[in-house]
Amino acid sequence: MSAPAPTPARRVTDRPETSRLVSLLTGKEIVVCCGSGGVGKTSVAAALALAAAEQRDGKVLVLTVDPARRLATALGIEGIGNLERQVDPELLRAAGIDARAEVWAAMLDTKQSWDALVLRHAPDDQTAYRILHNRLYDNLTARFVQSHDYIAIERLFELHNEGKYDLIIVDTPPSRNAVDFLDAPSRMREFFGGRLLRWLTLPYRVGGGRGARVISVASRPFYQIADRLIGSRFLEEIANFFLNFQSMYDGFVTRANAVEQLLRDRRTTFAVVTTLEAAPLHEAEEFFTELAARRLQLGALVCNRVLPDYFVAPDALAAARDLDARADALGDEIAANDGGSVTELAASADVRRVLHTVATSFRDFSLVGAQEHQLRADLARVPDVTVTVPMRTADVSDVEGLAWIARRMLGRTEGDGDSATDATATGTPA
Amino acid sequence: MGPEPAWLEQRLLFFTGKGGTGKSTMAAATALLAARNGRRVLLVDVDSKGSSARLLEHAGVGYTPVDVQPGVRAMAMDTEKSLREYLKLQLKVPMVGRVGPVAHAFEFVATAAPGVKEILTIGKIAWEAREAIEGRADHDMVVVDAAASGHVVAQLSAPQTIRDLADVGPLRAQTDWMIDLLSDAAITSVNIVTTPEEMPVAETIELVDHIRNETQVHLGAVVVNRVLPELFTHRDEATFEALRKPDVAARLVAEVGSGVNAVLDGARLAVELRRARAEHLERLRETVALPLLYVPYQFGGGEGIRTTRRIAGALSDELGL
Repeated sequence: MSAPAPTPARRVTDRPETSRLVSLLTGKEIVVCCGSGGVGKTSVAAALALAAAEQRDGKVLVLTVDPARRLATALGIEGIGNLERQVDPELLRAAGIDARAEVWAAMLDTKQSWDALVLRHAPDDQTAYRILHNRLYDNLTARFVQSHDYIAIERLFELHNEGKYDLIIVDTPPSRNAVDFLDAPSRMREFFGGRLLRWLTLPYRVGGGRGARVISVASRPFYQIADRLIGSRFLEEIANFFLNFQSMYDGFVTRANAVEQLLRDRRTTFAVVTTLEAAPLHEAEEFFTELAARRLQLGALVCNRVLPDYFVAPDALAAARDLDARADALGDEIAANDGGSVTELAASADVRRVLHTVATSFRDFSLVGAQEHQLRADLARVPDVTVTVPMRTADVSDVEGLAWIARRMLGRTEGDGDSATDATATGTPA
Repeated sequence: MGPEPAWLEQRLLFFTGKGGTGKSTMAAATALLAARNGRRVLLVDVDSKGSSARLLEHAGVGYTPVDVQPGVRAMAMDTEKSLREYLKLQLKVPMVGRVGPVAHAFEFVATAAPGVKEILTIGKIAWEAREAIEGRADHDMVVVDAAASGHVVAQLSAPQTIRDLADVGPLRAQTDWMIDLLSDAAITSVNIVTTPEEMPVAETIELVDHIRNETQVHLGAVVVNRVLPELFTHRDEATFEALRKPDVAARLVAEVGSGVNAVLDGARLAVELRRARAEHLERLRETVALPLLYVPYQFGGGEGIRTTRRIAGALSDELGL
């Protein structure tokens, strides 16, 4: 934080969407990345951290949930639980990132975070011990609907509260529905604060003592059925567990409220990540609606792994058609006249075949490109900031790959060591 | 190497995989393919995101099965309804009137108690499969668009979990036949859908381990979705590279216009994409020791019955049907 007065963002093209992305990354404290599974959310979140580090001072943290092992290793966070680690500035520099801010990374360890939460809220050590060693506990934390979602937000809250980071970018857990993440705090509050929990544990309170068969009138039908289904010992275990858990009620609910407040805060914004395919886009659009309904702030849409524009360029399409139609004649001519550069290797039949293949492949991918364009055009509402990250042929599994994405989000393509992996580097612009 | 030809003759096929790999598509396509081969199929959507309805162009699918395509009926899982059905059929418990609070309380307990929600899902599925085997159902087989990799193991192992936990009670008594049915390789298999990319392949390898170690369900096949075509042989690729040299490319530009540069770039991109994915495929092949079924990438396919049919065709080719 010792840098002088902030200098204007550097080396950013003046496209309005890019500068708006920059203002999000410099003006917000939290960016939550959401989206359907398999769209590259984790990579985009980490790349946003790199992009932000170029544009602002201080410390930027990316909180990842389930990174690919190679990526976790590259970021230096593999197997270190909940700890945050600074990404080696040397690695950033080598990848062409001119970072002003420090980049930090952390992985979410769900189990560890839950344990910490219990230890914080349990009234005494004994209760904490009883909860942590109940066989239902692991199950609850591992499978409770939105347990991962809640714990991710909870951890975010904790990190934000510590005040150590100027910007936190969060990758969200894979959920059945992206909106589950938004509702996690209220579900948690419902779960612990609900009348049901009290209702369920009532008979044991009234009866006092373990295994008491004094059952309240209200819950009798439930106990009768449950008893017949799963047996009384199991049932008793469940009730005892809830009784212990209930002692944490106040702490949990207060916390869930605060966590929810943080999501609503103007300092927090959401970035929806998608590919230009029907199903992920469908989910992205649902997400827009849900954010609006909850008055949460939609900051940016990131379209990831988009095919280069040249696949829908009319002159390229015309050339592909022409090439296909005239492949035989062209193949013969090239094979006959090309001073050795081709003919050394190939007979005219080979050249013909290759030209046909090239043209056919282009037309195949053009179909996908056209579909992507159409899907994007059909998006009913898009946020102010929509950034496009082109398809990268190599996996994004190292800092270099993240830097590659970061540069494209900032509208730059210079500084790539390997232009071969860049789908747009040599293309004819549309 | 395809799976044993009996794949489609099984009674209960689960499809799982990482989100976004196309497991719903594969389940729907398999249902179509089985129907095309004369079987009557019940397609069960476990996550009830409504994808099977979308993929088969049907307005909506609920807990009660409806016809969605000739020979294919579909239903969406609903654990509360499954519980109600179970109580009515097995325990003769009158639920009317009391069902509200009881169902809520149940939902609550099921959230915390391991295997309860899962057993209602898997129990309903196994029950439908048993009805099919015993000729009491309107279907011959059950195809399940199952939970994604993170949850499927808990579902498949639910009968075992319940047996270990619940000391008495009818739920425990019910687990025996379920375990028999689920662990019979002639009846049941779980199939993993993946794509030739880093994360899906890594998750598939992990999932295969989990299924082998934590369930008794037989692993059928790994379906590799979105496989890009191999454009060139080694020799043709050398020719292609020669065509991209400036003097030859210039000749092509003179003949078919400057757009040809993009066409050549596009082919280069296609080659590189295929190559990057080949590594992951190799790793998958070497690691999982399971039959792999390859389904080609559907260029411009979109989402809907047309694509589902095309994928059913591709599966049919892979199975040699």
